[in-house]
Amino acid sequence: MEPVAPIVKFTSLKKRYGAGPWILADINLAVAPNDFVSLIGPSGCGKSTVLKLISGLSPGTEGGLEVLGTTPRQARDRQAFIFQDATLLPWLTAQRNAELPLRLRGVAASERAAKARAMLDLVGLAGARDYYPRQLSGGMKMRVSIARALTLSPQLLLLDEPFGALDEMTRNRLNEELLALRERSRFTALFVTHSVSEAVFLSNRVVVMAANPGREHGEVRVDFPYPRPAALRGSPEFLAKVNEVTQLLHQVEATISA
Amino acid sequence: MKKSSPLLLWLLPLVCGLLFVALWYGVRRWSGLQSWILPTPGEIVAAAWQERTRLLAAAGDTAVGALGGFLLAALLGFGTALGLGASRSLRASLYPWLLVLQMTPVIVLTPIIVLWAGPGLPGIVTITWLISFFPIVANMTQGLLSTDMNHVALFRMANASRLQELWLLRVPAAMPFYLAGLRIAATLAPIGAIFGEYMVGNSSGGTGGLGFLVYSYNTQIKIPALFATALTSCLLGFIFVAAVAWLNWAVLHKWHDSFERNDH
Repeated sequence: MEPVAPIVKFTSLKKRYGAGPWILADINLAVAPNDFVSLIGPSGCGKSTVLKLISGLSPGTEGGLEVLGTTPRQARDRQAFIFQDATLLPWLTAQRNAELPLRLRGVAASERAAKARAMLDLVGLAGARDYYPRQLSGGMKMRVSIARALTLSPQLLLLDEPFGALDEMTRNRLNEELLALRERSRFTALFVTHSVSEAVFLSNRVVVMAANPGREHGEVRVDFPYPRPAALRGSPEFLAKVNEVTQLLHQVEATISA
Repeated sequence: MKKSSPLLLWLLPLVCGLLFVALWYGVRRWSGLQSWILPTPGEIVAAAWQERTRLLAAAGDTAVGALGGFLLAALLGFGTALGLGASRSLRASLYPWLLVLQMTPVIVLTPIIVLWAGPGLPGIVTITWLISFFPIVANMTQGLLSTDMNHVALFRMANASRLQELWLLRVPAAMPFYLAGLRIAATLAPIGAIFGEYMVGNSSGGTGGLGFLVYSYNTQIKIPALFATALTSCLLGFIFVAAVAWLNWAVLHKWHDSFERNDH
């Protein structure tokens, strides 16, 4: 059996803006197909920058980065980005927002409408298709944003703290829904978060990053099988993993204050 | 803004207006001023009724000039802002000159405009356009440059073309700004037209509009009629502002936060 090509492969990547300080130093992250990798670390550790590099929104300064076997920009067709806020266009209905990426790619109106409708059904928004974003709650907006990203059937999904602004109950439910969606759509995911328990619940790998300059500090493997039930959060094994990640984070914070 | 009851919203200005009218009558009575210096509101309304055919016809002519200049400004303002929003170098080259144009008092330019555009409607439309143009360009350009960076990133991620980014993102996002520009222009356009008529005069046939009536009543010392003309101009201005307010509602009420109702 030949080795599986990685979805994302960083090789000694460094990043800085102009002559400024290094934002990222020596990133060597590799993401395998079907990985769900969470990036966690103190603010300023460059975890969002990692996502921007992969999506081709921002170039690296030194080193290499391969995404889906090619350059980040050329891999754009096969990846989707979910932002920290839902970034819905306020003048479009939920349905039209979900259609937007297909529309920008020139997909025929009837086809994109059907695809968007199916995705909105899947995220539980069948009844809210004609609502404008201001009529939706924070959780519903984020669901539209997820539906919009999945209409493209991406191989790689990049999520930049998507649930950070939501209350914990909504966040937990969306975590479960995201995993359920992944059972159907089979995407590889890179997930930036500040929440340890969210990272542990979602991921098979939690990468802890350190700041100044941003770098990989350590990694915790989380081998609970998918699909993961909500009850997993109460299990001692789960709490042990949360502790393990928290301790790595404490080390990182110690390096900051030192 | 805190929500007030609609009754209060109507009642307060009404009471305020009535108090003002009462004060007016009081000043007239105790000052001993004559009717041709300070006519009472009643005399003004009587004059307006007496002159209603002239006033209405003149208001119609003024409306044509004002609307012409306003639409020209709305159209050219939109186009100019698209250019300014798209290109930083164009913005740098043109914006200072737009400011220069805006800073030059229209009264100085009027003889030149009459010389070039001719007297009558063309001159009046040009003057109205000149007065209404800048707020539209300035607002719309600002709107085109205020697009949410995450929305831009979303479009870039989807490999959207520059044209798609303009028409599907930047222009709709700038609509509230454009409409704010139109609102300012709507208050200026009738003023511009009346000023134009006053300066250019009745050389194009027709009534010469409200501006010419001002000139005419003034030379005849028909002071109550002059006040009635002011009242008519004011009403015309209100119609303009109301029309743009309606447009603003029609375009934005479904999605824009300024029309948020706290009912969900």
